[in-house]
Amino acid sequence: MLKIKDLKVKLEEEDKQILKGVDLTIEPGSVHAIMGPNGSGKSTLSYVLSGKDGYEVTGGSAELEGDDLLDMDPEERAAVGLFLAFQYPVEIPGVGNMTFLRTAVNAQRKARGEEEMSAADFLKEIREKAKSLKIDAEMLKRPVNVGFSGGEKKRNEILQMAMLEPKMCILDETDSGLDVDAMKLVAEGVNALRSEGRSFLVITHYQRLLDHIQPDVVHIMADGKIVKSGGPELALDVENNGYADILAEVA
Amino acid sequence: MALAKMKADATEARLVGLSLPDGAAWANAARADALARVRQMGLPTKRDEYWKYTDPVTLTTPDTPEAALFEGGEKLLFDAVDRVKIVFVDGVFDADASDDLTGEGVEIERLADVAAADIHWAKDIYGVLEARGQSPVERPLAALNTAMASDGVVIRATEKVSKPINLIYLHKDVSSDATLHNVVKVETGAEVTLLETGPAAARFSKCLEVEVADGGAFHHVRSQGRDHERRAVTHTFARIGAESTFKSFTLTFNGVLTRNECIIEISGDDAVAHVAGACVGDGRDFHHDDTVFITHDAVNCESRQVFKKVLRNGATGVFQGKILVKHGAQKTDGYQISQSLLLDEDSQFLAKPELEIYADDVACSHGSTSGAIDEDALFYLRSRGVPEKEATNLLTLSFLAEALEEIESEALADDLRDRLEGWLARHS
Repeated sequence: MLKIKDLKVKLEEEDKQILKGVDLTIEPGSVHAIMGPNGSGKSTLSYVLSGKDGYEVTGGSAELEGDDLLDMDPEERAAVGLFLAFQYPVEIPGVGNMTFLRTAVNAQRKARGEEEMSAADFLKEIREKAKSLKIDAEMLKRPVNVGFSGGEKKRNEILQMAMLEPKMCILDETDSGLDVDAMKLVAEGVNALRSEGRSFLVITHYQRLLDHIQPDVVHIMADGKIVKSGGPELALDVENNGYADILAEVA
Repeated sequence: MALAKMKADATEARLVGLSLPDGAAWANAARADALARVRQMGLPTKRDEYWKYTDPVTLTTPDTPEAALFEGGEKLLFDAVDRVKIVFVDGVFDADASDDLTGEGVEIERLADVAAADIHWAKDIYGVLEARGQSPVERPLAALNTAMASDGVVIRATEKVSKPINLIYLHKDVSSDATLHNVVKVETGAEVTLLETGPAAARFSKCLEVEVADGGAFHHVRSQGRDHERRAVTHTFARIGAESTFKSFTLTFNGVLTRNECIIEISGDDAVAHVAGACVGDGRDFHHDDTVFITHDAVNCESRQVFKKVLRNGATGVFQGKILVKHGAQKTDGYQISQSLLLDEDSQFLAKPELEIYADDVACSHGSTSGAIDEDALFYLRSRGVPEKEATNLLTLSFLAEALEEIESEALADDLRDRLEGWLARHS
């Protein structure tokens, strides 16, 4: 599914190397988690994969099912099946949530040469999916993320994921700012989307999200590299002992 | 004080060849008075403080600069709305293309007929509100309009009028120089919606005087046409009574020069006046100026000025907005916002917000911003698969939304949104 090889990235405006050779392969249908201390490059990895400005790739590659992601515009990456659930979803006053989602769904379909979704089909589908995420009609009508609580914003991200049906979902600290109930709801939303053809990369500081979204593989990232990989027990290890031991061990 | 010679000469040069239309005694007197005001003030030049950001020279020259017609502009706005259509072609009334000038609860007449009548209620408004609006700031082009206008409509609403009245200004002659003057009187408790659409002429001078009696409501929605080279100077003078409502929205496309002045006198308690505008301009020769002056002279009134401008490829936008709160106009709630979205570094937005307050128990605020497209929002949309152009257009529409929300009728707002989407599609 996703194949990242020796990915090196620096900030565009500063001479600061953030990623120093990341290697990561995610098989179809699997869930990988990346944990790591602040400043290790986790969020940068998610931004670089989705095509945000401000970063310069100085080496390596990233492919999604053989397509070179790094060569594409953000919208093209989305159309081939990449999705980033933002740590801080952006508020867009004046653009209705529903309009936004319908525009996105149809833009992706158009880019893939598929037929656009009719207004009726779209409405039916979004209502069903919104309901399971406890997103009411009022929230769908409001401008994108404007006046949403932290939990509502994250649920809205998952709703977008559900509607866009991507192949590769990256969740960037989706648990930040969520209470336990909200986290459960988000995790249920994600779990409902797990399938053979869809992979997940869950970026998190804490093990608790991984109680609800059980990963197949856990990676520890530090100083721009993946320094250790293992099973779900690695996350428990971090939870109990912090990063210090692991970092000392690989140093 | 005598006018500077250059200004007096330029004014006389413009007046040569123009003659006052002939009508009944009251109309002739109003026109002669207006002409005297023009001579006393002199026509504006860019050296006048009020024209500091907008050079009026092409509005005052004796010759009319030509303006090519917009291609594909034949489809009329608001075609799905049940309305009374009144058509002017290059500033001349077209009876064949117009509906009957009748309506439930409303009297509609041509200015030419009204001005020929010995007795008419319009006598108390025509040129009267314009003359009141000359202080504290002079507006000589409005006086010139009052003096020279021979056509226009005169409307009196006596009830809640259900059908909007749509003045359709067609432009067919590349060198037309049109002057129209409209008068509206909204009687106590009555309500009417006036729509004005179209480019009108190569050069267009238009004046609208509106008197809203106590408890009356006036809704005004205007779209200024898409002809790239057209020029327009428009003045709206309103005086509104107690518990009345005045709402005006203008959407401006293209045009090398547009100056829209709106002068509102709130004279009765508990009244509401909103003026809003959205404009989209592309290119170095686009210049759009909104100049607003709202005077609060009553208690517990609300005024809002909401102006949004989208500027690209070297376009220029100007906003001069003032709220004047007179002695005793307590509990005034005045709000003013002017914002521009600059789609590149060549475009510019010049704003002069002013508050002048002589009452001590008021809430007035104003703000003005210039900015580019929000990069974070743009990336967010693109990351969901929306292509850059489409995402930019979506964000541009969202920027204009606050101004468009001032239109109460959803049907009218939707039509204007469609036009905007068309413009954005052509210009991105």
